Formats: sequence, C-alpha cells, structure tokens
Amino acid sequence: MSTVFIALQANEETRPIIEAITTDNPGAVVNQQPAMVKIDAEDSLVVRRATIEELIGRDFDLQELHINLISLSGHIDETDDELTLHWNA
Amino acid sequence: MDMKTSSGKKLGLKEKYRHMTRGLDWETSYQKREDVHPLVEYEGIKIHDWDKWEDPFRLTMDAYWKYQSEKERKLYAIIEAYAQNNGHLNVTDARYLNAIKLFLTGISPLEYMAHRGFAMAGRAFPGAGPRVACLMQSLDELRHAQTQIHSLSNYNKYYNGFHDPAHMLQRVWYLSVPRSFFDDAVTAGPFEFMVAIGFSFEYVLTNLLFVPFVSGAAYNGDMGTMTFGFSAQSDEARHMTLGLEIIKFILEQDPDNIPIVQRWIDKWTWRGYRVLTLVGMMMDYMLPKRIMSWKEAWEVYFEQNGGALFKDLARYGIRPPKWLDQISFDKDHISHQAWATFYQYGAIADFHTWSPTEDELDWLSAKYPNSFDKYYRPRLKFWREQAEQGNRFYNKTLPQLCQTCQIPMVFTEPGDPTKICYREVDYQGEKFHFCSDGCKEIFENEPEKYKQSWLPAHQIYQGNCFPEGTDPTAEGFDPVSKVLEYYNIGFGQDNLDFEGSQDQKNFAKWRGMATSNE
Repeated sequence: MSTVFIALQANEETRPIIEAITTDNPGAVVNQQPAMVKIDAEDSLVVRRATIEELIGRDFDLQELHINLISLSGHIDETDDELTLHWNA
Repeated sequence: MDMKTSSGKKLGLKEKYRHMTRGLDWETSYQKREDVHPLVEYEGIKIHDWDKWEDPFRLTMDAYWKYQSEKERKLYAIIEAYAQNNGHLNVTDARYLNAIKLFLTGISPLEYMAHRGFAMAGRAFPGAGPRVACLMQSLDELRHAQTQIHSLSNYNKYYNGFHDPAHMLQRVWYLSVPRSFFDDAVTAGPFEFMVAIGFSFEYVLTNLLFVPFVSGAAYNGDMGTMTFGFSAQSDEARHMTLGLEIIKFILEQDPDNIPIVQRWIDKWTWRGYRVLTLVGMMMDYMLPKRIMSWKEAWEVYFEQNGGALFKDLARYGIRPPKWLDQISFDKDHISHQAWATFYQYGAIADFHTWSPTEDELDWLSAKYPNSFDKYYRPRLKFWREQAEQGNRFYNKTLPQLCQTCQIPMVFTEPGDPTKICYREVDYQGEKFHFCSDGCKEIFENEPEKYKQSWLPAHQIYQGNCFPEGTDPTAEGFDPVSKVLEYYNIGFGQDNLDFEGSQDQKNFAKWRGMATSNE
C-alpha cells in the first residue's frame, strides 16, 4: 500500500471540495494544518465534479482546482468528470 | 479565439489538449530536424516517439491564462491589504523575518533561474507536448520570482537585509550553495535538466520547501509569504506531474535510458537534499512558532511520499536514490549543524542569528530525542552563556568548502555525529575536498565540470572578493570589512546577533505604537 495525497488551501472555495473528496473517498484521512488541508488516501483518491457541483449548486470545471491546489502525489488521470490520483505499485 | 467544429459539439479536455500539442506542431522542411534541435542527442537519451508524451494536466493556453490571472488577482489583493494594514507588525516576532531574508536571497533568484532553464529545455525538445509543458512552467517560474520579490519588497521598507538579493546571490559565501545548484542544472543537457529540476527537485523535494515552511509562515502571521508561497505551490502541483511524466516517458522509450536516468536521480536527489539543509534550519530554528520539525517534514514528504514514488518506479528498473541510509541517519542532525554554522558566521551574513530560548531548546529536545540533548543542546547553551557575558562567539576563520555542494565542511560522518566527514580526490595534480561520499562521487563522474567551482572562501583568500581598487597591502587593511562592502552587507545593521539589532529595536517600537497611544 502506498499513500497518495492532495493538499489544498483552507478557504471557502475549498470547503465543499474537501467535503466532496471525503464523501467520494471514505477511507481518506483529512489533516488540518495552518492555512491548509492535506488529504491522504491509500493507493488512490478521486475528485468528482458531480459531487462538488451538488454541494455548491453550480457548474464546476475540475480545472478550477488549480487555483487552490497546493500539492499532490501519485499518477494523475484527468478527464472532464474526474481527477484521479493513484500509484501502480 | 473559438474554433468551430462541424458537429457544433464542444471538445472534451483530452481532445482540446491533443489539438494544441499535436495539431499545432509541424515537421521541419527546409532545415534538418537535428539542426533545429541540436541538443537532444548528446546526453545519450534515446527517444523514438515523441507523441507518446502525455501531459496529465491537460491545460490549454486559454485555461492557463484564465487560472493564472485569477491566482494573480487573489495574490495581489492580499498582498496590498497586508501592506496597507501594517501586516508586518503581526508576525510572531521579528526574528522570523530572518527566515524570509534567506528565502529572498537564496530561493527567489532560483525561481528566475528555473524560468530560464525551462525556456531552454523546452526549446531543445522536438516533441510538442513537452515543449508546451516547459513553456508553461517557464512562465510560472517567472511569475514566482516576480511575486516573491513584490511581496517581500514590503519588508524592505522597514527591515534590514532585504535590499540587494540579486547582487548578493553572485557574491555572498552561503548563497553560492543554491546558486551553484541551479547553475549546475541549467548547464547540463535538456534531459538532465528535466530530471534534475523537473523530477528530483520539483517532485521529490519541493514539497519540503513550499508546504510545511509556507504553512509555518501562515502560523507566524506572515500573510505575504503564505500567499505567494501557496500561489507558487499551486503551480508546483502541475510541475510535479510534469516531473513524473518526463521520467516515465524517458524510461518507457528505451531501456538504454535507464542507467543514465538512474545516475541523474542519484546525483540530483543528493544535490537537492544538500541545498535543503537551509530549509531544515529555517524550520527548526527560524520560525518562532514551529509547525513541524524538519525531521517530521522529511518523514512525510520524502520518506513516505518518495517511498511510494520509488516503489512505483521499480517496474522500470529504477531503484531509490543512493546514500539514503546516510540521509535517513542525518535527519536528526543537519538542521542543528547548519544553525551552528550560521551562528558562528553571523558577522558575514545579511541576516541575524541568535541563541534559541529555553522553551525553544525544549521543543528541539522533544523533536530530536536521539540527537539534540546529546550533541547540540550543550553547545547552544554554552554559546548563550558566553553571549550573556559579552563574549558572543563569531568565528573569524573562513571554513573549507565542499567542491561539489559548496557547503562548508560541517557535516559529520555517516553514523558518527562527533566526527566531521572529509573526503578528497586527486585530479590533475590538485587536491579537491568533499563533505560526503555523495558529493565526492558526483565530482568523480564529472570532474571537468566541478573543478571549475567558484568557491567563495577560496575566492576571498585569493583577493577576488574586495571592492575594486582595494589594496590589501595598505596599512590597517581589514579583510572582513572589505568583504562585507563587496557583498553590500552593512556592518552592525544587516549582520551580527538579533539581540541588539536595529530590526529588534524597530519592531518593538513600531509594535508598541500599533497597540497603544504612546
């Protein structure tokens, strides 16, 4: 098992994104640090556009993530609907 | 510019990206390909199909400008508000600012070098995918240099040591460490540059700089640094994926590439690790409110994250970087060894050092149970007692420097923190000195490059670091004051102990004015 993570700035824009990530990744661990949030998950982690849109009540382009993204790890697969982080080993 | 498609249907992310990185590329006709891209073969890396390149973040130029401009608007709004509200008086205490001085002189100029490096690397590659990715990263790095200088210029209005980072980078002894690191990378070939900076530095090491340290800036009330730091880091996420992609791409193209890449990973992980000693010191000693120790940050961002990465890369035949045993042992030591060095050489630095308070020593003891009380606390206590008696220790003998990393020879033997590590190599009738097996081996692989190192201590002794027209034979010649003049460091203003400094007095006075009607 290898850990992947995504780290986001802690602000109003990311609050629903973090909530969506925890909804879609039940095993994910959320670490609150000063001004930021780091979310760890085993092997893979998915960010789903539909879940975020449901929470914010408007259309969301997954590339909006770039504005508040701090860091991440793992291989990335990005489509219009999902951003997935994963390790192959 | 909107492109109309016949179906009228909007293109998906992958299609848009493919049009930009494939559809806009062309084959050369009146010049030979190898004349247009002359640097792409001499390193021995074999690429058979540039179209196999896939950028995982499929940003198109319009999306790139859209999101970058939004980041800029946020950043400058915060920086202005921070300046207008005298935000600098809200930092935990004025000692903190010295970490930021080191950032401005030692790190921001590297952003500019990265801008140049990625522009050069992008130009060298025949593939359109990596060219686009390098172009974006080159623009990002320029943005980082600019936003850092803009943010920190606010501090230059009030505090010493912020006044001349570009000049200092070319001259000041410890700044030759980060400077030579990047000079080394940009003078390598384009593939080595990508492995050095794109992969080893951005992917494996940059989190240590921008994530815990910048979170620490927020914790210490420095909204300016937090803002430019996270704004820069939002680009880093994209850079990291580029770094990982370049490695996978090179390794998948030809098995002959594997040993070349492995040597670069060994070399650049070690080079980057040595440079990050400065960050370790900043985290453990220079943030008045500490967020996590260097050792803890190393364990999360290097051991855990890097461990997962190298496990993943094992299927290509890549093993973890060399000298990891030593790196792992040294995480208990390097930040303390670095601080002791800067404390001793506080007379020829553009920032202040100090004796940690008792509760700071306790924090270090708790974070470093294997090393701090035994090896480092007694020395710091002794120095503090001496300082209290009016004998603040300044070392006046210039240190010997490592030929490769250019750090003073202060690191200890693997496994024995009581013994300084010395290595040497005879080359062309001269003796060259090294701080470690890693730096020695890097030299042995490329002696013609590293024999040219511009070592500040040597240069001072050779008389090359005095202002023009200085006569070292004149009556009463004072080398230190002439070196400081050459560095543009004001004696008694930018250097020496924090205790008694102008920064300390001004901060106390201004904070008093901000919180009372005196």
